[in-house]
Amino acid sequence: MKPRQKRFVYIVVALVAVGLAVALVLNALKDNVSLYFTPTQVYNKEAPEGRSFRIGGLVEEGSVKRENDGLTVNFVITDLHKSLPVVYKGILPDLFKEGKGVVAQGKMEADGLMHAEEVLAKHDENYMAPEAADALKKAEVANAAAASAPAASPAAE
Amino acid sequence: MAINWFKYSAPTTFYGLAGKLIPWFAISAAVLCMVGLYIGFVVAPADAQQGEFYRIIFIHVPSSILSMFLYLIMAAYAAMGLIFNTRLSSMMASAIAPTGALFAFISLWTGALWGKPMWGAWWVWDARLTSELILLFLYLGFISLHASIDDPRRADRAAALLAIVGSVNVPIIYFSVQWWNTLHQGSTIKFTGTSMHIAMQQAMFTMLVACWLYAITVTLMRVRSIILERERHTKWITELAEVKS
Amino acid sequence: MSLDIWMRENPLSYIWIGSYAVAFLIFAIEIAMVVHKRKITLQQVRLMREADESEEG
Repeated sequence: MKPRQKRFVYIVVALVAVGLAVALVLNALKDNVSLYFTPTQVYNKEAPEGRSFRIGGLVEEGSVKRENDGLTVNFVITDLHKSLPVVYKGILPDLFKEGKGVVAQGKMEADGLMHAEEVLAKHDENYMAPEAADALKKAEVANAAAASAPAASPAAE
Repeated sequence: MAINWFKYSAPTTFYGLAGKLIPWFAISAAVLCMVGLYIGFVVAPADAQQGEFYRIIFIHVPSSILSMFLYLIMAAYAAMGLIFNTRLSSMMASAIAPTGALFAFISLWTGALWGKPMWGAWWVWDARLTSELILLFLYLGFISLHASIDDPRRADRAAALLAIVGSVNVPIIYFSVQWWNTLHQGSTIKFTGTSMHIAMQQAMFTMLVACWLYAITVTLMRVRSIILERERHTKWITELAEVKS
Repeated sequence: MSLDIWMRENPLSYIWIGSYAVAFLIFAIEIAMVVHKRKITLQQVRLMREADESEEG
C-alpha cells in the first residue's frame, strides 16, 4: 500500500472506532441524556424517587385551574397513555397552553402531585400565520363534527 | 476543454482566483441579506403561536446549519491535507475554523434569546443545546491546538486529527431531537418537505444563502493571508503585484 | 423581571438589538479582523522581500 492509502485507512478506522465508542456511551447514558421523563416512565417507576426530576408531555385539555391567589396553577401533564397532576406556583412562559408541550421540573410528593419548581414550554416545529392556524382549527372542528355525525344519528332515531 | 481542477488546488493559482471571486461573493451576500431581511420582517406574517419572537429563526437557523456544515467541510479539508499532503487543504481548514466558531456562537446566542421568552429559560442542558456547545468548543480547540504548535506542518496534522474525531459530534447535533427527549423542537425542514408558511421559508432560505456567501467571502480572504504568510519564501509570492509595489 | 416585561412589550426591538445587531456586529468585527490580517501579512512579506533584495544587491 502507498503511504497515502495507509493514512486513509488509519483515518477511516479511527473514525469508525470513535463513532462506535461514542454511540455506545450515549446508548448507555440514554436516560441521562434525555431532558425529561414521560408520564408513562414515571408510572413504570423509571423516574427517580425522592429527588427532583423533569417530566415532559402535553398539557391536558381542560385541566388548567388557577387558584385564587393568582399564582398557583394546577394542571395535568399527559403523554396520551398516562397522565400526572402538577401544581406550580409562579409565572408561566408565553407558550404554555392547553394541548401544547410542556416540561416541568420538581419532586413527587406524598399527595401524588408533582410540586414543580420550574415550568418550561416546549413549542413545536410548525410555523404558520395566525389566519392559517385559525383555518386549520376550523377544519379540524368540521372534521370532528362530520366524523361524529353518522355515529350520533342512530342514537337520535 | 476540460477544466484542470488540480491547477486550482495549488496555492499559486488559487490565490489569484480567490482574489477575483471575493468581491462577487461579498456583494451577493450583502444583497441577499437585505432581501432576506425584507421578506422576513415585512412580507412574512407573525407566527400563530410565537408572535414576533419567531423572527429570530432567520438568523438562528442559517447560523446553526452553517456551524455544522462548515465543521464537516473543515474536517474534510483537514483529512485531505493529512492523506494527500496537499498544502492548500490544510490552509483551507485553518481558514474555515474561525468563521465556523462564530456561527456556532451566533447560533447559541440567538437561541438563548429565543428561549427566554418562549420556553421560559435562557439555557437548558438538553441534548441539542449541549452538543452545539460542544461544537463551539471543538472549533476553539482546533484553533488553539493549531496555534500552539510552531511548525505549521505538524500543527496541521495534530489539528486535523482533532477535527476528524470531532466530526462525530455533527450527526449527534442533527439527530439529537429525534434520539432523545429535548426541549428544543424537532426539525422544521425535513427531507420529506416542510410545514412552514411560504414567505417564512423564502426569508429563511435567502438568509441561508446569504450566510453561505458571507462564509465563503471571509474564508477566501483569510486563506489568502494564510497563503501569503506560509509561502512567503517562495518566488511566486515575491513576484506578486501587491507585494512588489 | 423588568427585562421580561420589556421584551414582551417590544418583541421586535428585543429581536433586533438582542440577536440581529449582535450577529451583524460579530460579522463586522470578523471582516475588520480579516482585512487587518491581510494588511499586516502584506507588510511583512514586503519587508522580507526588501531585506532579501538588499542582501543580494
